[in-house]
Amino acid sequence: MGDLYQLKRTPFHARTSALCLPQNWRRWAGHIAVGSYDLGLEREYWAIRNHAALIDVSPLMKYLIEGPDAARLLDRMIPRNIAKLVVGQVYYTGWCDEEGKLLDDGTVTRLGETSFRLTSAEPSLRWLAMNAVGMDVIIQERTDQMAALSLQGPKSRAVLNRCCETPLDGLKFFRMAPNVLAGTAVTISRTGYTGDLGYEIWMESADALPVWDALIAGGDDFGITPCGILAMDMARVEAGLFMLDVDYTAATHAWIAGQKSSPYEMGLGWTIALDKPGYFVGRRALEREAREGSAWKMVGLEVDWEGLERVYGESGLPPQIPAMAVRASLPVRRDGRQVGYASTSTWSPVLKKYIALVHLERPHYEPGTRVEMEITVEHHRRHAPATVVALPFYEPEWKRK
Amino acid sequence: MEAQVTTAGPYDAIVIGAGHNGLIAGAYLARAGKKVVVLERREVVGGAAVTEEIFPGYRFTEFSYVVSLLRPEIIRDLELPKHGLKILPLPSTVTPMDNGDYLAAWDDHDLTRRELYRHSPRDAEAADEYSRVMARAAKAIKPVIGLVPPDPSSLSWRDLRGLLKLGQYGASLSEREIYRIAKLVTQSSADLLDEWFEFDPLKGTKSASGIIGTFLGPRSPGTAYVLLHHYMGEIDGAFRAWGFAKNGTGGVTAAIASSARALGVEIRTGAAVDKVIVKGGRASGVALENGDELHAKVVMSAADPKRSFLQFVDSKHFPDEFTQAIRAFRVRGSSGKVNIALSELPQFTCLPGEGPLHRGAISISPSIDYIERAYDQAKYGQFSSQPYIDMIIPSMIDRDMAPPGHHVASCFVQYAPYDVEGGWDDAKREAFGETVISTLERYAPNIRRAIVGKQVITPKDIERIAGITGGNIFHGELLLHQLFFLRPAPQWADFRTPLPGYYFGASGAHPGGGVMGAAGKLAATEILKDWR
Repeated sequence: MGDLYQLKRTPFHARTSALCLPQNWRRWAGHIAVGSYDLGLEREYWAIRNHAALIDVSPLMKYLIEGPDAARLLDRMIPRNIAKLVVGQVYYTGWCDEEGKLLDDGTVTRLGETSFRLTSAEPSLRWLAMNAVGMDVIIQERTDQMAALSLQGPKSRAVLNRCCETPLDGLKFFRMAPNVLAGTAVTISRTGYTGDLGYEIWMESADALPVWDALIAGGDDFGITPCGILAMDMARVEAGLFMLDVDYTAATHAWIAGQKSSPYEMGLGWTIALDKPGYFVGRRALEREAREGSAWKMVGLEVDWEGLERVYGESGLPPQIPAMAVRASLPVRRDGRQVGYASTSTWSPVLKKYIALVHLERPHYEPGTRVEMEITVEHHRRHAPATVVALPFYEPEWKRK
Repeated sequence: MEAQVTTAGPYDAIVIGAGHNGLIAGAYLARAGKKVVVLERREVVGGAAVTEEIFPGYRFTEFSYVVSLLRPEIIRDLELPKHGLKILPLPSTVTPMDNGDYLAAWDDHDLTRRELYRHSPRDAEAADEYSRVMARAAKAIKPVIGLVPPDPSSLSWRDLRGLLKLGQYGASLSEREIYRIAKLVTQSSADLLDEWFEFDPLKGTKSASGIIGTFLGPRSPGTAYVLLHHYMGEIDGAFRAWGFAKNGTGGVTAAIASSARALGVEIRTGAAVDKVIVKGGRASGVALENGDELHAKVVMSAADPKRSFLQFVDSKHFPDEFTQAIRAFRVRGSSGKVNIALSELPQFTCLPGEGPLHRGAISISPSIDYIERAYDQAKYGQFSSQPYIDMIIPSMIDRDMAPPGHHVASCFVQYAPYDVEGGWDDAKREAFGETVISTLERYAPNIRRAIVGKQVITPKDIERIAGITGGNIFHGELLLHQLFFLRPAPQWADFRTPLPGYYFGASGAHPGGGVMGAAGKLAATEILKDWR
């Protein structure tokens, strides 16, 4: 009975809990997830950027969509063109309500001609079922049955090449292929949430522990490091990747219209295939927005280091930097007037910059625009000078190679 | 306390009834500098919000037993925490099922989702969206509750301004929200829930809050609104909407009474009002049943509408139309209470042992059909042989409610019609209590042997003890034709009455019942506006 009053554990819990010595647990989609394995985040963060970080991403919602109308269902639901998604390819995409406002974002993988895997941050069964009315399609939730590991970092390919039956050298960015790891069948996609070279390994939950063990053993020479979700949170900001309920509000969760975001506003214009034939949910609203332009846009913000030093210096302090990504809304202003807000800000250890994902009103979102971000110095409201930049902040050349 | 011999000291205001609304009105008037006396028929204050030690050591929240809607501004204005008010969380609802399983709603979104997913993945997702939609609808309607309802047929400046305010507010809602609200106020809760869910125990449990205190079944149109009415409490706190007051609901009225006294209000118990004294076409005081007379500039009744307008005041002081409307006001009691003193905790077969379920509500509501069938019997004058029961165990939330190791359970039971066939008598009351125990016994077999004392309350007893005509817990059903500018009568929803100097501020007035206090507060505000 006891587990009724607890959050769910992932299939890797036996391993992750033994390593999570600081007991730094976080909540993720009804699960407990390791925040960090160390008291600080630096070692795990640098594993992402320099070695291979092993992250348990099993709480991701996973759905298997199969049947003659599976492609039709997804083509209706997402703005990208499913006809162009070949078997073994992965799309990253958002999806919208009828008003063209984002409901969620995730990946769609074409496992076969009529077989797809959808991942999402929020439960999506109901939305899938609502859109599948009258279609010949079977939708199965696989969240609990399927475990997932994210292996991120420049050495991730080398680790997998050592551990897997088939080498990964031919697997291109956002492609997926079946493989064998620790004697069990897995699928591996070249995807991730860090903006580095990286892969995600999908397996049956029952096979989770042998796969983990094989990776840890095989990856030792390459510096494989179990990594919690807090270090990943810093890396994803550097990569310009946003998070539901942090950087945008799902249209269904919003209390007021102003809380909703369109994919254009979130920088996902490149995923909207207005040239694809036929209807998809939100098409009319998105066409209008494409024509008329977006009122808001999410862009990057770099806080000027000298400016930050000056603002802190006025109080006799050196700059204080948060040790992890901060999910507090910080007002952004231009010429003394608020023009937007930061939704996540973080110190970037690799760039040595204080960066933020910010949402700015037109026309203030053009790169190069000089603005100020609110910070609190000695209990007082101060404004740090900053510059609007294009996303991502950080993209190593090996990410897509 | 003995009723004092009259000193008839001139008061500014006399309030009839020391229930929460009467006390709140009295406190607000005193806060504005008025000399106020609140008269209570019984020897205890509290009205239907009382905690009484019926068996030594066991304290029962006799009638109303949970708090959700008590307006936060009242808590702040009257400094109720300073006077002992503590509202403790009532964190969960568990519905035992006939197959030995259960459905739980815990106080954590993820846990509740996981629990519901176990029964229906589809409903687990629908439930999230449903509660957001209901919360948004409740938010859209809530501002209306704080308003004195404008009369749409009136051309007075005040009514026009009120209507304008409402109109502006209505215009701020999206088309979608307006449709949704229009649907909500006309639908049955069964229809509404069928649109959203498939799992019977979930629908049954959710539908229950649509029928509480009404003489309607979940398939009766209008019940969806009642369901929404109960959602109001969820907005301020989001979680832990329902609470249990320290010392029961009697703890709430004790805190209000203490605050009122501190503000200078005189509270007289054992002071039953016989008549409102009318002089020169104005209410000028009250005559008590013991013959004493008290005089004041204004009189406010916090009794039910029938008592206030058909008993306390001669009908010659009211237009016929008004008297007719009050006569037609539906106050059919439909629910009873069974309060039990227990030597041990009830053990539920669906969740053995002591657990979180004992700290929350236990709802006997396995399906909409179950409740509708319970209603079918009530329609034709019987109490339900398998009733809807909402049980809480106050001693698990506040240990001071029962002796160590022992417990008290409060069971709200519906349906028990006021006009039961053949009338209520001791035998029928006993049979009603037995029905409740045997219903509970199916899910918690040890309950019978654990009983050390039992108090069965029928609508007739609510009328007799708490003085509510018809025994309806809301002083009048929350039906659409009895709400807003129609409560308690057309043209008289602004807490004034056709008799100058006589005001009305109780659950039978806008915005309705529950331990909310809005009626008492709004009535006091209107009285002060008229003050000259």
